[in-house]
Amino acid sequence: MITLSHYLVLSAILFCLGIAGIMLKRKSAIEILMALELMLLAVNMNFIAFSYFSGDLAGQVFVFFILTVAAAEAAIGLAIVVLMFRNRGTVDIADWREMKG
Amino acid sequence: MLGHHVGSPAARPAIDGNRYAMTFEQVFFYFFAAILVGAAVGVVTARNAVHAVLFLVLAFVTSAILWVSMQAEFLGIILVLVYAGAVMVLFLFVVMMLDLKFEGGRSGLARFKSVGALVAGIILVELVVVLSIDAFDAGPAERLPAGHSNTKALGEILYTEYVYAFEIAAAILLVAIVAAIVLALRRRPHTLRQDPAIQVKVKRDDRVRLVRDEPRQQASDGAGGAE
Repeated sequence: MITLSHYLVLSAILFCLGIAGIMLKRKSAIEILMALELMLLAVNMNFIAFSYFSGDLAGQVFVFFILTVAAAEAAIGLAIVVLMFRNRGTVDIADWREMKG
Repeated sequence: MLGHHVGSPAARPAIDGNRYAMTFEQVFFYFFAAILVGAAVGVVTARNAVHAVLFLVLAFVTSAILWVSMQAEFLGIILVLVYAGAVMVLFLFVVMMLDLKFEGGRSGLARFKSVGALVAGIILVELVVVLSIDAFDAGPAERLPAGHSNTKALGEILYTEYVYAFEIAAAILLVAIVAAIVLALRRRPHTLRQDPAIQVKVKRDDRVRLVRDEPRQQASDGAGGAE
């Protein structure tokens, strides 16, 4: 029988792969965005699993809003990446140090 | 990692037919979970960014299947249509448009690689230990009747209880559209484009020039009337 813990552990694996991806892919801002999408997917799967096993639809509404915000984030993030590539000729975030952060 | 759930006493029902049903559920879950984790590993480890995007599409489609199996049909369809269909294609466009160079590691990368794997591994172990305890077991979920519409149920609370949040989401999307266009718009000097302000501001004198038609020579008279 598949329990809630199965889905939670599955999304924990996805989330940690996303974290590892952010640290491994430091050369490319696009791939960091992709790892971020992976982490958001894990969070969404958590919400849906809780919604399913507790019989409450509010979790699915929250996933709806997370998808909205993630789409906006991807659009703006990719626009910034395109802009920086046009200006600097690279997507390596180590080379983007104008703001001296 | 999940093995102890399978062998736990609660997972051993007495009736044979019931056990086969459970077995199908488990096979379904483990099959798609394995594909999902494999695709996620592919996203993280792929050298080529295009391959990483394609692995991410696979991960999204597989999770949509798992979501549908959790009776979240609307969100599963949305994940395929909007995410695999639109957002991933956007990623693919950007990856192919930018002339990226796919070189391997660089000096200093190995340090982050080991640290990243260590941090992710520790977090994973912690999460698995915490999430595997039985306190999270809310019992088997209720199966909704066959005619139940997930989309209708979601819409009913989305447009009543969460209508303000829904409108804020619309505003966020509008701001994202404007921001993405403003960021990525480039004015090249030699492209042909219209400027509505100049078009509106134009006066008659800018466009019309009155000339007095002088009498021509004989040769040009035959060629056609000059107004």
